[in-house]
Amino acid sequence: MLSRTAPPRVDPPPLPRARGPLSAAVLAMLRGEPPLRADPADADPYGDDLQLALYCCYELHYRGFADVPDDREWEPGLLALRREIERVFERALRADVPSGDGTVECAMRELDTLLVEPVEGTGPSWHLRRDGERWQLREYVVHRSLYHLKEADPQAWVIARLDGPAKAALVSVEHDEYGAGDPDRMHARLFADMMGALELSTAYGHYLDAAPAATLAEVNFMSLCGLHRRLRGALVGQFATVELTSSPGSERLVRAMRRLGCPERAVAFYDEHVEADAVHEQVVRHGVIAPLLAAEPALADDIVFGVRGSGFLGDRFGDLVLDAWAGGRSSLRTPLPDAPRLVGSTR
Amino acid sequence: MDDAREVVITADGPVLITGPVEVVLPDGRRVRSDRPVTALCVCRRSRRAPFCDTSHRRKIRTNVDDASGTDEEDRAQPHRTAAR
Repeated sequence: MLSRTAPPRVDPPPLPRARGPLSAAVLAMLRGEPPLRADPADADPYGDDLQLALYCCYELHYRGFADVPDDREWEPGLLALRREIERVFERALRADVPSGDGTVECAMRELDTLLVEPVEGTGPSWHLRRDGERWQLREYVVHRSLYHLKEADPQAWVIARLDGPAKAALVSVEHDEYGAGDPDRMHARLFADMMGALELSTAYGHYLDAAPAATLAEVNFMSLCGLHRRLRGALVGQFATVELTSSPGSERLVRAMRRLGCPERAVAFYDEHVEADAVHEQVVRHGVIAPLLAAEPALADDIVFGVRGSGFLGDRFGDLVLDAWAGGRSSLRTPLPDAPRLVGSTR
Repeated sequence: MDDAREVVITADGPVLITGPVEVVLPDGRRVRSDRPVTALCVCRRSRRAPFCDTSHRRKIRTNVDDASGTDEEDRAQPHRTAAR
């Protein structure tokens, strides 16, 4: 199917600003400058420096950066440093979330816990639905843009690592995420349309400097699991977490946007996800997870790791955002013009 | 293989129908879904009837001290668990 509108130009984003020695070392390698010494073991696994360094390494596999040669994607020095950074991140995550007991039943139970809805919740979408302000909604969308402007791309890596029914079912969900053949219905495109309707930049990577570590860590976890075949079970667990929990959360955001009087073009993205993900939930549980565990029961614990790792990083993101908002502060490193201006508002 | 359409009745939620469908409502209105798979609400709790919006899910009252991780989920894509 052809798009009814002219395809947008794809310009790789500029490199971000360094946030510490590790990200400075990665950025120097990307620019082809003499190497800087940096030891990932010294860095906070969830901190700004390490998460930005990792995000930049991964971005070479997606859209790249302006003025960075495409073949730097496979630069051995960069890959070696990335490997060290990944080890620090994965080790911290595995220490912070309880592991499964090795059984398929444990993995299935873990998924069931995602299918329970609280009567009254406390995450960002609950806050936005109840009494969020327009500037907070715009911040939320900025955070989410780091993933949604490449929605479904990190999960696409896993396709080649699956087989049979699980592969077919996962591809059917990905196909839907990519607009089922219609580029104007592609979810990344719907997200960009929403950003435009909320008077935000729709340029890929525009808000990278503004995004705090907690935002980057969620996307990095997807890329980590997507790029390592070893972690294919975790990727499927992460994918399932998104698909199983997205529908009710999207409904809350639709209500938030309607309450705030956002234009329908802005509401369309989350509106689409309410019904689409109600279907995806069923396809992921019965079409992807069940046959995958039947074929490879040894992946059970990795699926649990994917679910719990996503949940853990999601909690950290939610805490950061809600703590900032509760204090009347921006949750971004670079506040948008309509955010409250307070001393120390930059995180 | 015969060409009968497959309709899947899930244990916990909607009825899944493959391919585009046109649903006829009790008042005669027709609603079309072009999704590859459509989830049709049969619990009658959906606010987007006739389609499923996951309203069939079990609701629980969350306890702020409950850190089990089985309580609230806010994952309009990645997420957040409540307790805290």
